[in-house]
Order: sequence, then C-alpha cells, then structure tokens
Amino acid sequence: MLAFALRRGLTLALTAWLASVVVFAALELIPGDPALMMLGVNAQPDTLAALRAQMGLDVPPLERYLRWAGGLLRGDLGTSLTYARPVADLVAERLVVTLPLALLSLVMSTAAAIPLGLLAAARRGRGGDWAVLGFAQIGVALPSFWIAILLILVFSVGLGWFPAGGFPGWEAGVWPALRALILPALALAIPEAAILARVTRTALLDTLGEDHIRTARAKGVGRAAVLLGHALPNALLPVATVLGLQLSFLVAGAVVVENVFTLPGLGRLLYQAIGQRDVIVVQGVVLLLAVVVVLVNALVDIACAAADPRPRALS
Amino acid sequence: MTRRDPVSAVPVAVWAGAALVGLLLAVALLSLVWTPYPAEQVRVVARLRPPSAAHWLGTDHFGRDVASMLMVGARNSLAVAAAAVGLGLGLGVPLGLAAAALGRWGDELVARLGDLVFAFPAVLSAILLTAALGAGAVNVVVALGLFNAAVLARVTRGAALAVWRREFVRAALALGRGPLSVTLVHVLPNTLGVVVVQTTVLFAVAIVNEAALSYLGLGIQPPSPSWGKMLGDAQTHLFNAPLQAVFPGLAIALSVLGLTLLGDGLRDWLDPRHRSSGLL
Amino acid sequence: MMQTRARRWAVAAGMALMAVPVMAVPLMVATGPTAAWGQGRSDLVIGMPLEPPHLDPTAGAAAAIKEVTYANLFETLVRIDATGAMVPGLAQSWTVSADGLSYRFALRPGARFHDGTPCDSAAVKFALDRARGAESVNAQKGYFAAIAAVDTPDPHSVVVTLSRPDGLFLFHLGAGDAAIVSPASAAGNKQKPVGTGPFKFDRWVAGDRVVLTRNPDYDGAKPALERVSFRFISDAAAQIAALKAGDVDAFLQFNAFEALPEFRNDPKFTVSVGTTEGETLLSINNARKPFDDVRVRRALAHAIDRKTLIDGVLYGNGVAIGSHFPPHRDGYVDLTGLYPYDPAKAKALLAEAGYPNGFDTTLRLPPPPYARRSGELIAAMLAEVGVRAAIEPVEWAAWLEKTFKGKDYDLTVIAHTEPLDIDVYARDSYYFNYRNPAFVRLEEELNRTQDAGRRKALYGQQQRMLAEDAVNGFLFMLPSVTVQNAKLSGLWVNRPVQANDLTGVAWK
Repeated sequence: MLAFALRRGLTLALTAWLASVVVFAALELIPGDPALMMLGVNAQPDTLAALRAQMGLDVPPLERYLRWAGGLLRGDLGTSLTYARPVADLVAERLVVTLPLALLSLVMSTAAAIPLGLLAAARRGRGGDWAVLGFAQIGVALPSFWIAILLILVFSVGLGWFPAGGFPGWEAGVWPALRALILPALALAIPEAAILARVTRTALLDTLGEDHIRTARAKGVGRAAVLLGHALPNALLPVATVLGLQLSFLVAGAVVVENVFTLPGLGRLLYQAIGQRDVIVVQGVVLLLAVVVVLVNALVDIACAAADPRPRALS
Repeated sequence: MTRRDPVSAVPVAVWAGAALVGLLLAVALLSLVWTPYPAEQVRVVARLRPPSAAHWLGTDHFGRDVASMLMVGARNSLAVAAAAVGLGLGLGVPLGLAAAALGRWGDELVARLGDLVFAFPAVLSAILLTAALGAGAVNVVVALGLFNAAVLARVTRGAALAVWRREFVRAALALGRGPLSVTLVHVLPNTLGVVVVQTTVLFAVAIVNEAALSYLGLGIQPPSPSWGKMLGDAQTHLFNAPLQAVFPGLAIALSVLGLTLLGDGLRDWLDPRHRSSGLL
Repeated sequence: MMQTRARRWAVAAGMALMAVPVMAVPLMVATGPTAAWGQGRSDLVIGMPLEPPHLDPTAGAAAAIKEVTYANLFETLVRIDATGAMVPGLAQSWTVSADGLSYRFALRPGARFHDGTPCDSAAVKFALDRARGAESVNAQKGYFAAIAAVDTPDPHSVVVTLSRPDGLFLFHLGAGDAAIVSPASAAGNKQKPVGTGPFKFDRWVAGDRVVLTRNPDYDGAKPALERVSFRFISDAAAQIAALKAGDVDAFLQFNAFEALPEFRNDPKFTVSVGTTEGETLLSINNARKPFDDVRVRRALAHAIDRKTLIDGVLYGNGVAIGSHFPPHRDGYVDLTGLYPYDPAKAKALLAEAGYPNGFDTTLRLPPPPYARRSGELIAAMLAEVGVRAAIEPVEWAAWLEKTFKGKDYDLTVIAHTEPLDIDVYARDSYYFNYRNPAFVRLEEELNRTQDAGRRKALYGQQQRMLAEDAVNGFLFMLPSVTVQNAKLSGLWVNRPVQANDLTGVAWK
C-alpha cells in the first residue's frame, strides 16, 4: 500500500516536471513576444530591449527555465510578465472564482444525480427508470458551452434573473457573487449529473444483488430502507470514483464555460495568458491543474486499490 | 422480473443511434451535391431573418442560409472528427498492443505518457497547440488525435493484457509463437470489440471538442461553416436573434446523442456482461 | 472492512476539498453598494470591453490603460479635451520660442500627487527623462525623441529644449504616455497608480473592475462624482444585459451594433456615435507578389463594397474613407470616389496584370470582432472577382510578431488608432512595405512646416498619393459608440485621444 502510494507520488512529480517542460518548450516555440505585446506597434528596439530585460527575458531559455524551476522548488511560482504580479497571487485571486464554481457544480450534479439514480433503481424498468436513463443519455450529449448559451438565453436575456456574464467579486456580497456563478455551475453540472445518475443507478442495482442486501431483505427490512440504508452507502464509492475521473473534464469544461460567461477564473486566466505569451502564468496554472488532476486520479486509484484487493485491474 | 431492463434493451438504443448517425451522414453527403443555397453566399441585406419558406432555419448575421451552413457544417464536423479518431487509432492501438506485449518498462512508458496527456484536458492542449501551430482544422485534428491516441492506447492495453492472460494465448506461446505473431493473430482480434466501442465514444467527444474550439475561434475557419463558430457568432445576437443559438447546438447534441446511443448499444451487444456506465 | 476504509478515504478527500472555500468565506464581507437608478447619485459604473493589463500609462500600449487613467488618475502637462484641442493640464500655460526649439511650461503651483508629495518641476523632469531614458519602457518613446534637455529654473517652471522642430510635440505631450509620474511612486504604478488627478486609485478587482474615488485634496475643480468603477465586460450579450439590468450606467466602445436600435428607442438610454482616430485598413504587403503591382491593388480596391462592409460589420455606424486620414480632421480630402465598387473593373484590372483567373492568397485576422467580421466579408467579396483569400485568424501576440514585426503576410485587416499617423507611410521599415521617395519628401516638408494652411495642403497631397498608389484597402473609420443612462451628462462623444475623461461627468 505504502509502496504503491510512493510510486504514485514519484509518478506525480515526474508528470508535473514533464508538463512544465512541455509547456515551456511550447511557449518558447510559438511566435509572439510578451514585450512587443505590451508595447505595441510604435515600440522602438531599445524600449523592447529594456522591457525584455525588466521581464527577465534577456537570458537564454534554458537559464530562464532553470530559474523558474529553482523558484518553484522554493515555493515561488514567479512573477507574471503581463500583470507584473506574483503568479501565486493571481492564481489565488482566480481560485476564489473557479473553486466555488467547480464545487457548486459538483454539489448541484450530485444533489440531482443521487436522487435520480435512486429513483431509477427503485423503479427499475418502469417509467421513472426510462425517464432517468433518457435524461442521462441526452444530458451527456449536450456540450456544456451550448447549455451555457441556452441558460443565458432563458435566464438572463429572457427572464433577467441572472447576469449574462462577469463576476462582481465576493466583496460585493455573497449573494451577488453566487448569483453570477449559478448559471455557469449549472451548465457544467447538467452533463455531469447525467453521467452520475447513470453510475448511481448501475451501482445501486449491483449492490442490490449482493448477499448481505438479500439477507437484509429476507430479514424483512423494507425496500426503501434497504435502498437508502444498505445499497446507497455501498454505491457511493463507484460514484466518487467516477466523480474523480470526471475532474479533468470539469476543468476543461470550466475553461470554456468561464469564457462563455467571462468569469475571471483560472481557466480564463490561462486562456488569456496563452494569448499574451505570459509563460510564467501559463506554467504556473498548467502545473497546478496537472497536479490537481493527477492527484485526484491517484486518490481514486488508491481508493479503488483499497476497495478491491485485485491490484489496479481497473486502471 | 418480467419488465425489461432499459439498459439491456439494446435494439431500441442501437436503432435510434444508428438512425441519428445515418441522418448525420446522409446530410453531410447530400451537402456535397446539394444545399438550399450556397453555404458561403453572403447577403448582408437579408441578415438575421427568422425561419421562413425561403430560408427554413433563417439567415445568419451576414445573410447566409442557416440550413445550408448546418449541412456543410455536418460534413466539416464529421471530417475533423473522423480524421482525429483515425489518427488516434493509427497511433494508439499499436502503442497499446505494444505496451501489453512488451510488459514491464514498455508498459510503464505507455502508462506514463498517458498520464502526461491526461494531465492536460484535451481542450487545453488543443488551445496550446493551435496557439503554436496556428488555428485551423488540421491543427485541431492533430491536437484531438493525440488525445485520442492516449485514450485508445490505454484502452487497448487494458483489453490486450486481459487477452494475454487467457489460456489460448499461453498455449500459443507454448507452441513457440513469437509475441508479434501472438499479438496479430490472437490479441488484436480479441481487443477489436472494445476498440470499436471506444471509437464511437471518441468520435462523439471529438465532435464536441471541435465545436468548442471553433466556438473559441481556433477550429474550422470561415468561409467554411462550422457548428461551433455558428454558436460563437450567435452569442452576440442572443437579444435580437435567439434562434441562431439553438439550431447549431441542436445539431451537435443530436450527433453526439446518436453516437453515444450507438456506442452503448454496441458495447452491450459485444459484451453483454458489461453494464455501460456512460463513462468515457 | 476494506470497503469501509476506502469510504473513509473518499470522505476525507471530499472534506479536504470542501474546507478551502469554507475558510475563504469569512473574507468575503458584504460591502458593495447596490446601484440605484437615477437622481441624487454621485457614483458611476462605466463598462468597457477590455481590461487593462496594468495601470501605468507610461509603460504599455494597451488603450485600456489610458482609458481608465487619462485625466482621471494621471495628468499630462498639456491636456487634450473632448474636441481634440490642447488645453492646460499640469501646465497652466506655455510659450514656444520662435525657432520652435524651446518650450517653457508654468506648472500649477498647488498640484500634488495622491501620496502628498508635490508635483513640481523636479517631478516633471523626472517623468520626461524617465520616458526618454535608456531604461525607458514607454510604448511611445518616439514622442520624446526630439528632446535635447529638460531644465528646471524654479520649482514651478520647466524648460524643454528640442534638438529639431517637431510640429506634433505639444500634441504628443497630451497623450497618456506622457503622464507625469512621481519619483517616489513610479515603480509601483502598474498595480497602485499614484497620479495628480482629481480621482485616486481605490482598488482593482482583477478580471472585473477598477474603482477610483474622488481626490479630496485636488487643487483644481473637483469632479461631481465621488466614486467611479470601470467594469470590464468583453461579451456582447453580457454588455447588453448589464446595461439593461442597470449594472453599468454607460458602456464605452460598445460593439454590439445590432442592439443599438433597441437602445435608441428606449427613453432610459442615450446612444451616441462619435469619431475615433481608427482608420480601418485592409493592409497589403506591397513588396509581395502579386501585390507589388499597382493594378492588382487597385483591383482589390474596386472589389470591396465599403457600403456593404459598413452595413455588415458596423450596422451602418461608420464612415467610409478613401485614404489614410480621418474625415473629422483638418486637411481631410474625400477620396472615397476614386475606386467605386465595380467587380467587372476589378476583374479587368486583374486580367491586365496577368491574373485572368485570379489567384490564391491569405488574409490574416487579429482578434477584435471588427477585424474578424470585416475579414469574413472581404474574403467573400474578393472571391467574387476570383481572388481566393484563405482566412487565418491569429492572436495579437502572433499578429504583432509575424505580420507587424516580421512583415510576413499577404493581407490583413487592422485599425490604425494612433492620431495623425499618416507619417507611418514614410517609414522605411513599416509593415506595408510601401516605398515612395515622393511621399517621404512630403513628410520631411511637413515636419519643417508650421504654417497651418501649408500643412493642410501637404496632408492633402499625401492622402491623394496613397489613394492613387492604392497602398492599402481603405475601409472605414471605427466609430466610438457609447450607450449610456439618459440621466448622465458629460461623457465624451468623440475619442480624439485614448481616454475616458470623467472629470466633467455628472448625474442630471
């Protein structure tokens, strides 16, 4: 178990390092100069050189990478070329948008999916089951950015209940901020809920077939009690597993949905930083995302490994 | 238990999926020879018209016929998805087979490469790649194709490993057959089912991702219409032409629905024990 | 047993994820004001499409920096007003020597930076020397190239000596790039700008807004507004929704043109369409085949239907141009009739140049919507005459690097937003690759000439020369569209410099 966790830890470090090399190399190769980007069409060669020196771009790429990596080892993510601010600050600022967004969509999707899964399992083969499976099938097919546009159309343009985009900041109050996150979270949650509802249903039906459940039924425990008391707790592990596996799709979805709603989140920061050739920011954000995704997948693997004595059969 | 379990009710799902995919193909093929109007024909004076007998689905902000654009868009969308999945198959399947056949380090290498690719969501790596190589259909194919290759390598490897453990493979090895021959004769045919199912799913994912990239302006370029770009354009017209945002999205959703129904159906048909979870 | 342990794992992971935002909640104190509609207000929320990368106008080309800071936070010696005229700023008055080489400025004696330090001649000398020095990262360093020396005879006088006459020197001192900054705070201006203006920096909610508050210690006329927020909303649908919901009181450079009729019909709003300095061009690489042939360039000019373009891209809210000069400026010559829309003529010219079946080319488009949409329409128009232009959308970084700096392109669409920038055609290394000694001679004469009448005539000759050479496809002037609450007064209609001067804005 420990050896397995250790191995995953090493893998994580290796993946993170590879990711940073790939990103650095990619941004080094793309045409575009952050200094020219800042100073525009009338910039003179000497001003460009001065700004490049200010940005630390006047040293060879390898040295720059090592400098950045060295800073990273000391816990310093570096300073943004565009915003002239520590990347850690920028990321923290954006996380207060992206994290609540991701969390809200997770809460929304599980809150919808588990009852739906229960309903489908309880009404197996009947109307309710068919309806839930239908929703699951269609929900998976809807691209989240289209859902986002439709939600804007109905709830912002049509009804005017929610803003069509932008984020007032948490200091504007919890409700105004939350209001700006509800539609984006919903756009992410709908496809997620569709997948989870189906997983919940399948997991419930699987556990319902297990011996201890049959025993409980035989002892005269009611159908609903068995479903909620016995089957559901056992079905939560596969649901959590799928949730973890879906995380990277959630991250990708957040990049696009944040752009649809012009939310100042991590995804939008990343998208804009690529446009501005702000290598330091792109590196920091990609690294963070990669670590989170890999970490969560590792957690899921470990959980699976712990639950299933057969090693890594699922991965 | 006389009621039918809807998940095992294969025929309905497969037929529905096949019908939708067939429709998509038919529309795409038809667009090669006929569209109501030339899809690229601009008529600014006739812009943002609601659906009518002349323009079944109305016109866009440049007065182009939306129905015609959707038809050609279907063709573009399918072409990009097919190329991306084809690239994924060409790279991923051999890699996965090799990983399973080589064992230890080769296996580890493929798994780590997969980790690296999965650490970046497909859309993100596509954004980076199109920034590096320039926007356009070809680069989208490359970006999505690499992601697909990673997925297919992983899936093929898993299925192949299972085959390697089976009795008849051991027997073949005992008879002195080499790993390459075993892979081609025994392993490959027995992994094809899983690969086919995964291919339909990836096809659907490719359609969505291509649309997302085109929505961001990185995918298929005008004048060639694409569903994602149509959605992107529609977003600025939500107030005065809301229907513009409905039709392209519907086209994407129906295509993906068709492909996932087909994929799920195939999965159940090829492997009745497997209850599809709707997972990728 | 195993299963319970796994479940505990999952629960622990879940709790860890939950904990972060929960800890963040106490920081989110509700202090924001709720916007009320109409009278008695002294706060203002302005919408803008783009967020500035930072707030130091002397260290960046992004127009958004100046649109937040100009005249509000930072002041310049000479100030450009709403009509484009040069009026006193930090300098109450100035005199120019007869040879045009010496400028003497008398500073406002009471001017102070927001941190309390006086804005005296030493600060002005510091700011000008900083802008022209070796370490300068000023995007318009060229504005200060003619300066030979800056002297400070007394705390309230500055004498600037030029090495050569520069007809636009005062005008350039009125640009945001020439903002006067303090030696004490210049280094931190990107994040915490400290200027001398009637508003001071309050805070910046990254990704959403910059807030300014009235400077109680301002030595000049105090503005009516106590608090101003600039909100950044790039999406057209969100811009419209924010206006309708009253989340913003005015939106500047509003580009959802299709929504204008609706706002015009609503008495709660006022819509103004003013001028900018943005000549929008189909830029042509004059050095590259087949565009090195003037007949081909003229064919392109005949192939473009400007009326349809303005209709399609700007919904009619734009003025066509026939050369590189804004119609609202002195010296303008109307050359829009030189190449009327005539596809047959275009085809004939192409055939004459040796391209009876047209040719293939690329049309590179930077991100702004006007460029992308114009490009799409132009590609369709060129296709009508047989020129097959493949569209290549690029980000700004790539556009600047490949097109502007590398001059590696065929065609591109771009608005040239610097005021009075016809001189770029005289630059040898400019990305048009246009080389005409006659034009350069006109520019040299213009630089020597002070007489207004002669200058006008020279500008006229330059415009005609560019039009006859069909250097670029001259399309239209970008409009400055503002949608605002009808009860608001004093917002600029035109945009003679990159600025949103809010000092005269008030609620009626």
